Amino acid sequence: MEALLEAALRLAAPLLLAALGELVVERAGVVNIGVEGMMLAGAFAAFAVAAATGSPALGVGAAAAAAVALGAVFAAAAVLGRADQIVVGTALNLLALGATGLALRALFEGGAPTAPGVADVALPGLAALPGVGPVLFRQSPFAYAALALCAGVALALARTRAGLVLRAVGEAARAADAEGVRVAAVRVAAVLFGAAAAGVAGSVLTLSQTHVFTEGMTAGRGFIALAVVVFGRWRPLGVLGAALFFGLASALQFRLQARGSDVPYPVFLMFPYAVTLAVLAFAAGRAQAPGDLGRPYAREGKAG
Amino acid sequence: MSALRPLAAAAAALVVAAVAIAALGLPAGAALRALAAGSLGGPAAWTATLLKTAPLLLTGLAVALAFRCGVWNIGAEGQLLAGALAATALATRLAPGAPAPLLLPLAALGGAAAGAALAAVAGGLRAARGVSEVISTILLNFVAIQAVAWAVQGPLQEASGAYPQSDALPAAARLPALGRVHAGVLLALLAAPGAAWLLFRTPLGLRLRAVGHSPVAARFAGISPERHGVTALALAGALAGAAGAFEVAGVTGRLYQGLSPGYGYTAIAVALLARLHPLAVVPSALFFGALEAGAAAMQREAGIPSVATEVVQGIVILFSVGFALPRRGA
Repeated sequence: MEALLEAALRLAAPLLLAALGELVVERAGVVNIGVEGMMLAGAFAAFAVAAATGSPALGVGAAAAAAVALGAVFAAAAVLGRADQIVVGTALNLLALGATGLALRALFEGGAPTAPGVADVALPGLAALPGVGPVLFRQSPFAYAALALCAGVALALARTRAGLVLRAVGEAARAADAEGVRVAAVRVAAVLFGAAAAGVAGSVLTLSQTHVFTEGMTAGRGFIALAVVVFGRWRPLGVLGAALFFGLASALQFRLQARGSDVPYPVFLMFPYAVTLAVLAFAAGRAQAPGDLGRPYAREGKAG
Repeated sequence: MSALRPLAAAAAALVVAAVAIAALGLPAGAALRALAAGSLGGPAAWTATLLKTAPLLLTGLAVALAFRCGVWNIGAEGQLLAGALAATALATRLAPGAPAPLLLPLAALGGAAAGAALAAVAGGLRAARGVSEVISTILLNFVAIQAVAWAVQGPLQEASGAYPQSDALPAAARLPALGRVHAGVLLALLAAPGAAWLLFRTPLGLRLRAVGHSPVAARFAGISPERHGVTALALAGALAGAAGAFEVAGVTGRLYQGLSPGYGYTAIAVALLARLHPLAVVPSALFFGALEAGAAAMQREAGIPSVATEVVQGIVILFSVGFALPRRGA
């Protein structure tokens, strides 16, 4: 049981990071379905830089930087250019898939190396607590980072002026504009923050889980992160719960698979996607979505 | 509609991709030569291009039709696979005893129906539960991919059990040849004016476009955006499902994993480059079909991974539609 919960948190970490980033983006009124591509770019950049320098920390930084570069393209086209957000996100997903595939071939011809990993950190004292100790306090640093980010985003949204401004922009952009908020600037900042989070989420895959990069290795995790935001009803604690739910589902999937059963392998692989759909069917509803979600904003006097 | 902008977008995307390949230290010159020779250089290359164009045409129409109704169908890939799966199941397991002349229509219609059914799941969830079709159609792609993987290792695996693939489709279920290509290429070509007619000349098409233009106004006019969203997705799914049926019945002859190199995702670029106009989908699909065929040659001869075409697709989307799409309604 302890091992299962420990694995659940470990597997939830990348989803939680990416989903918290997307939560901030969506609370600002923007939908970025390019999360998948940003995670993939992050996974590749982390792998390439960590393999070249031997430093996982530099890898994480490179992951954030690569994803932020994609985020800048998204912000330029979809926020400043007011192009359709779904279309731009789709373009970025294709772009990231192609570019990482090409770069993998160009940089690592003749066999890719493995990237150095990020070791688990046991918090002294706490890790020895019975029950929760090994689950919560002997974890990958990414898991701590994801939990800390969750607390940070929750506090910032609820208790700070920046959080208030962000929510105002997402709920009613025109009203926020009338109050003197620079809507576009807030949205660009949110998109870049979400991109950085997605990039770091991608780095978890190559630095903490597999240590190698394969073409298209995110395999839809970015899209599941989008679903996590909806399932979590656009609230940080809801997103935490939703990400842990998916982490637990994945951990159970691996355990059942390892135990050997009559259920064919592809059915296990189908599991997370089918669960996500089922969850959305029961939990969705746009009632809790930010009011101006997905709507480009043009100031009056400019063509919209 | 000016044709200049899409042409410029396509050309610019090719240039950017070539520069990126060169910047990575890969042989860009050889890559472009292989790309051109593999897509347009001679009858064999043209055949390859046309064979890749057919599924892109049908899935491109599937995306364009749904987008026109304000529905973001990112699921053409899954719908294509559902069509291939159903057509194979019908031809090799469920109905091989059917009268020979019926087998091909049965497989093709079954494929279209399966694609429509998968898309309708997303449409139903959207209409009944408010689930974003963007997310649901993407998730259904992954479900369909694994369903094919399961089928070819399980119920549809070939009798010898040697490889994870289905038995060969019986001859009566194969599409007849038309010169060097199969008859599905012609059917795909005819689907474009068919879709244009549906969209611009029928009451249903008018209602679909009305919903895409403004769901609120449509509702005031007594047109249900939810119901028409389901209809648009089902129509789109049928087109993509037919594309899958044509692939197994016309090209591969069997079902296996990796049957589609991502036609359903490329379809988004096809539809957007065509500015969502069904007739413009024909040249757009031809462009991406040539790219797909050329990329295979590029990988063989210049060692450039064919995934490079995704870069071209992404840039085409950014360049061509960036700023000129119908807005999603409020």
